[in-house]
Amino acid sequence: MDSSNLDINHFNILGGLSVQKQSDSDYVIALAGNPNVGKSTIFNTLTGMKQHTGNWPGKTVENTQGYYKLNRQGYILVDIPGSYSLMARSAEEEVARDFICFGNPDAIIVVCDATSLQRNLNLVLQIIETGKRTVVCVNLLDEANQRKIQLNLDLLEKRLGVPVVGTTARSNQGLDQLMATLAVSLKKPTPESIIEYPEYVQQSIAKLAPLIKPYTGNHLSAEWIAARLLDGDQSFYQSLTDFLGLDLKEQTAIKNTLKEIKNNFRKSGITQLELEDAMAEVFVLKSIEIFQGVVKEPAIPSDKKDRKLDKLFTSKTTGFPIMFLLLLLVFWITISGANVPSAILAKALFGLEDWLANAAITIGVPTILIDMLIHGVFNVVAWVVSVMLPPMAIFFPMFTLLEDFGYLPRVAFNLDRLFKSCDACGKQALTMCMGFGCNAVGVTGSKIIDSPRERLIAIITNNFVPCNGRFPILISIISIFLVGSTVGSLNTFFGALILVTTILFGVGMTFLISKILSMTVLKGVPSSFTLELPPYRKPQVGKVIVRSIIDRTLKVLGRAIIAAAPAGLIIWTLNNLQMGNTTLLNSITSLFDPFGKALGMDGAIIIGFILGLPANEIAMPIIIMIYSAQRGLIELEGAALGQLLIQNGWTWVTAISTLLFTLMHWPCATTLLTIRKETQSSKWTIISFLVPTLAGIIITFLFNSVVSLFF
Amino acid sequence: MTEIIPLSDLMPGSKAIITGLCAEGGMRRRLQDLGFVEGSEVDCVNISPLGDPTAYRISSTIIALRREDADTIKVKITPS
Ligand SMILES: Nc1nc2c(ncn2[C@@H]2O[C@H](COP(=O)(O)OP(=O)(O)O)[C@@H](O)[C@H]2O)c(=O)[nH]1
Ligand SMILES: [Mg+2]
Repeated sequence: MDSSNLDINHFNILGGLSVQKQSDSDYVIALAGNPNVGKSTIFNTLTGMKQHTGNWPGKTVENTQGYYKLNRQGYILVDIPGSYSLMARSAEEEVARDFICFGNPDAIIVVCDATSLQRNLNLVLQIIETGKRTVVCVNLLDEANQRKIQLNLDLLEKRLGVPVVGTTARSNQGLDQLMATLAVSLKKPTPESIIEYPEYVQQSIAKLAPLIKPYTGNHLSAEWIAARLLDGDQSFYQSLTDFLGLDLKEQTAIKNTLKEIKNNFRKSGITQLELEDAMAEVFVLKSIEIFQGVVKEPAIPSDKKDRKLDKLFTSKTTGFPIMFLLLLLVFWITISGANVPSAILAKALFGLEDWLANAAITIGVPTILIDMLIHGVFNVVAWVVSVMLPPMAIFFPMFTLLEDFGYLPRVAFNLDRLFKSCDACGKQALTMCMGFGCNAVGVTGSKIIDSPRERLIAIITNNFVPCNGRFPILISIISIFLVGSTVGSLNTFFGALILVTTILFGVGMTFLISKILSMTVLKGVPSSFTLELPPYRKPQVGKVIVRSIIDRTLKVLGRAIIAAAPAGLIIWTLNNLQMGNTTLLNSITSLFDPFGKALGMDGAIIIGFILGLPANEIAMPIIIMIYSAQRGLIELEGAALGQLLIQNGWTWVTAISTLLFTLMHWPCATTLLTIRKETQSSKWTIISFLVPTLAGIIITFLFNSVVSLFF
Repeated sequence: MTEIIPLSDLMPGSKAIITGLCAEGGMRRRLQDLGFVEGSEVDCVNISPLGDPTAYRISSTIIALRREDADTIKVKITPS
């Protein structure tokens, strides 16, 4: 095989990404680096494409692309997930590695944190070793300055043999220089690896490389591949095999040489472990060697402020109280802040409904169509939007601020032990926090969990924390039935206490179910994990709000509307189809009555939850609609609602059963769709549907059995 | 004081030098990639309120490890 004939089309480009070039001459540039070093900030600043950036290590989960133009040359920038090493430990890191190694980028910008350059250099050296064009971007220079860390970037450039540019991405300093340097480097030859393995490794590489060359051509460095055949990273090898379309180790010449090399190692008493250690350590040692002289740090660690904050947020005395108060504060602001905008939005949207209906009548649209589309579909969509948007638009910016500040990894740090005892991962605490805002977001957020098993546990159990859509149901039931009738601060306190108990019950169920899953369908032991506690940073309030609303709120809202529209049609149809002398909805409701009664509820409540599948927000309005024999969703609050429910036979038992069922039933359609997307599996989607549903049925049934013993 | 102890026995506020690693597989390499290699200095920074995991300073970054993972890292306390 003549290597010069190997055209890149010959390979299976990996990275799961189709790059959208605007012109054939566009360069594809990967933005790589450790988590939390400013990749997304650089990406956003250069391409102007807004995207979510946060302070959770490894949070960039999707390969986002953006376009940048300089001197009539186009560049496609790809923001890839953060990784500590090309030896991937998670699905995200595999994505990053595959894109760097086999995605055929024209160059890689490796973004580094100036305050922890030594650790960052490890990845830089690994990427340079691949033989791809590399530009090193030392970011966060402002923080380094503040901490009195001095850097000699010229010396770093000399030692690395690739261009180095210093930047402060947050204030857009040095980014023009970065791109100008990149443009120049693209015209230059690719870099040489500066890693020197021990002599016996070097010799083996020299033996293997010429045999590998015919299969890789000029697209992969044969020496680098040879080294990887020696250190035996299975997941890397799998990707390499996919890329080449053949199993390199099975090619006769390579196979024999590998055998001979391993034999020699054995004879000289070198074990595979020693070999792998040597090949790992050489990167760390080289990093230290390069680091010395390039960076001058103050004698005492410069992170005093961070450690003080850590003491506050993670110590025995203050850690949990602060966590609790913060969570409470976020809930309180969300719930009390959402009322007014919700009312305004509802008024506007329902006003629009009337206006649309009137307009439709004027132009002569048939009444049935108006009824179906405007009072059916539009009405339900308007409902969902007005109750869902405000709390999400308040909750997620606050959550993202905490994330950007760097608080969230501390929550995982505080709670990990509890999760470990359920054979799960502490990062699940964060997906639960997101779940309070919206379970679909919690499911998406579970990407931060490295182990696929633990990630599935987090996905399946996320529904046990009540989302914004379920809070109003819980609150109205509690205030109507479980708190005394007189208003007063004691009652408010009592109500809050019951709400907190309900939430804690859900959290307790999360632990229980996680443990049960770990012992059954998701058997396994808690996997080893490393959790970085990044420096605290002042959040960029304005940007955070915009990004969190676009990325988290609107995305979910869009999905909810898609689910709500058909639900509107179904509700309308059920309500308007006559079956004898009653509506189809009423007949179905009575059909579900025995089932509901067995669980301490009734048919209307069950139907409320079933038709509320698109969004929990409409469950209560549907129940009210059925009770009051109305044709559309209506809102009732306080005493009027209480009266209606009591008229329909509600007691405190009904109230608690409904409370429990609100906490535990099927995930909403948006969440289910998201689970399907995240797991790529119908099986796990179905299990995620069944687990909370069965839990809800069993628990409400048990509750009612116990109650019937005593009353 | 040249006694070799597991990193998990290091008390908050004390420093040590890593003398060896017995983690296996992917975790071994990950620890190495994060800087936990023979000869590196590591500080115990603080312990989670529930007693586990523990945060360590390594290569100027803070990494939290669970007890059983910290057990696999052998260190020698440096007198302060
Ligand atoms: N002070 C400072 N903060 C920065 C700089 N670049 C990024 N950040 C902040 O660092 C955090 C992580 O940035 P992000 O772009 O999400 O990092 P990524 O995980 O590598 O994509 C965010 O809070 C940014 O606002 C910088 O140059 N200086
Ligand atoms: Mg990012």
